[in-house]
Amino acid sequence: MALNPFEHADSASSVSGPPSGSDYLADSVFRIIALSCAALIILLILFILWEIGGLALPAMAQHGLSFVSGTTWNVGTQEFGVLPEIWGTLYSSFLALILGGTFGVAIAIFLTQDFIHARLAAVFRTIVELLAAIPSVVYGLWGIYVVIPMLRPVAEWLHSELGFIPIFGTELSGPGMAPAALVLAIMILPTVAAITVDAFRRIPYKVKEAAYGMGTTRWEAILKVMLPTASSGILAALVLGFGRALGETMALAMLIGNSNQINLSLFAPANTLASLLASSFPEAGQIEVQALMYAAVVLLLITLVVNVVGLGIQQYTVRKFEGKA
Amino acid sequence: MSDIDLTSRPQDMQRLSLERRPFELRALTSGVLTGLTWGIAILGSIPLFSVIIMLVAEGGARLDIEALTSLPPAGFEMGGGFANAIIGTLVMVAIATAISVPIGLLAAIYLAILDPHSPLAGTARFVAKTLTGFPSILAGVFTYAVLVINFGYSAVAGGVALAVLMLPTVVLAAEESMKQVPQKMTDAAFGMGCTRSQVIWKVVLPTGLPGILTGIMLAVAGAAGESAPLLFTALFSNYFMSELMEPTASLSILIYNFSAMPFDNQIELAWAASLVLVLIVLVFNILARLIGQSKV
Repeated sequence: MALNPFEHADSASSVSGPPSGSDYLADSVFRIIALSCAALIILLILFILWEIGGLALPAMAQHGLSFVSGTTWNVGTQEFGVLPEIWGTLYSSFLALILGGTFGVAIAIFLTQDFIHARLAAVFRTIVELLAAIPSVVYGLWGIYVVIPMLRPVAEWLHSELGFIPIFGTELSGPGMAPAALVLAIMILPTVAAITVDAFRRIPYKVKEAAYGMGTTRWEAILKVMLPTASSGILAALVLGFGRALGETMALAMLIGNSNQINLSLFAPANTLASLLASSFPEAGQIEVQALMYAAVVLLLITLVVNVVGLGIQQYTVRKFEGKA
Repeated sequence: MSDIDLTSRPQDMQRLSLERRPFELRALTSGVLTGLTWGIAILGSIPLFSVIIMLVAEGGARLDIEALTSLPPAGFEMGGGFANAIIGTLVMVAIATAISVPIGLLAAIYLAILDPHSPLAGTARFVAKTLTGFPSILAGVFTYAVLVINFGYSAVAGGVALAVLMLPTVVLAAEESMKQVPQKMTDAAFGMGCTRSQVIWKVVLPTGLPGILTGIMLAVAGAAGESAPLLFTALFSNYFMSELMEPTASLSILIYNFSAMPFDNQIELAWAASLVLVLIVLVFNILARLIGQSKV
């Protein structure tokens, strides 16, 4: 007599049995809910574009492209132009990228290329992560009371000695491009470092072994083998760090001086799109709100393009290494 | 070929070249660059210590029971605190968590398990990644357009703006940790005759829970520190909140407002509030780490 495993399947004392109709119903309902939540994420970004774009439409129709090329922001005369803000956004992010990018990549090399014991590397990694955890507004406060006073003597000296160079062309009267870019650099450093560390980790270990086996010094291996191999990942890190810098708001609103001018000088006050929104929005009237919505659309488009390009490069990198492995 | 004598060396090989020469140009370059990297790593960690020292020195000096329990002072008034801002921040983060976590989790379930390779999942994943780099102020602008114009400034609007920022973090972290659940476990559950939703609720979610919680904690920490999205959604208030549909104070906006004031009292309070805000953010960060470590 063979053992019949289904002997008790129908008895009330057993829990085994095929899923009931209600189980299947629950399953498909659950699936639909999960699917709609995933779809919601896609709808969210479309909804954001639709809502902000919709409110910006009157201003778009009225100002057209002169909004992007105009240089005055005057509520009284209803003249709205954001060229100084676009310039300030790109210039501050560019300066921050040069500084924060250099530091971020160097720290990533420091963390991944066996300079220090793994445990010490973990400590440094925690430091970099904590740097990312500090709120923007606290960096702004720190910038006002630590960075600006610290930069003032340096700026004075540079202006008096090298004032003929445009980037040192004005005095630092308080808030300005230099402290803003410096704090911005600190804020994007963790982003750049984290993505670059990831890019280095993706390089198969045998690549480094091969380089050392050829008798390279550590830095020859880094400069001639590791960096070129990780180059697309590092590029993604820089582009995404740049995107982070473009949208950063509070620290810049507190440090950049909110002045609508285009000036190459590092010590002149400037303005960015995000800090224009932060400083003008709370007290704006109907017409200015429409113009600010237009400014938000400009900011949204710039950051979306930069982020999509950065993510594209990152995905390309991941595929490249996964394909090889 | 067995007559090769392994103990003898070819006479023409320059044995010296195999020894390390510390003053050779390439060795020197290597040493200089190593020193430079050490310098950069140390220089790069100075800001963190500077921020912490300032927070403890300036904020710690002013942080007392009064600061934690009383309302913000006006103008020349002395004393005061930011109790309403602490409550406001916590309430708005709670609202944001209540909105973003369920939606984020369900979306992550779809992305990780139900249909990982569908075009919808691919697009949603890409959009979520794009949204992580989304300027936080635009979340405020969006919420202003949707909610504030119709219902006025409120804690709910602030919470919604924060939820927009938390959502992508929650989705991506939850998806990542659900993908880590071994295929064997889900296969075993399917083999037992579980339906998909039973597998998800009873196997995948409990197993991936530490990773999911870590992601949620990190999202909460990020949201607690945000200020740009609250500027024109929750606005600010000098009083304790009595309902959710009124302008609400938050620590970050209090710091922003007070930092620009010409009064020493307010600036001291801004530092103390910064210390409290950083502590709140750190608590969630540490929680995230602890939960993450407990992962097997």
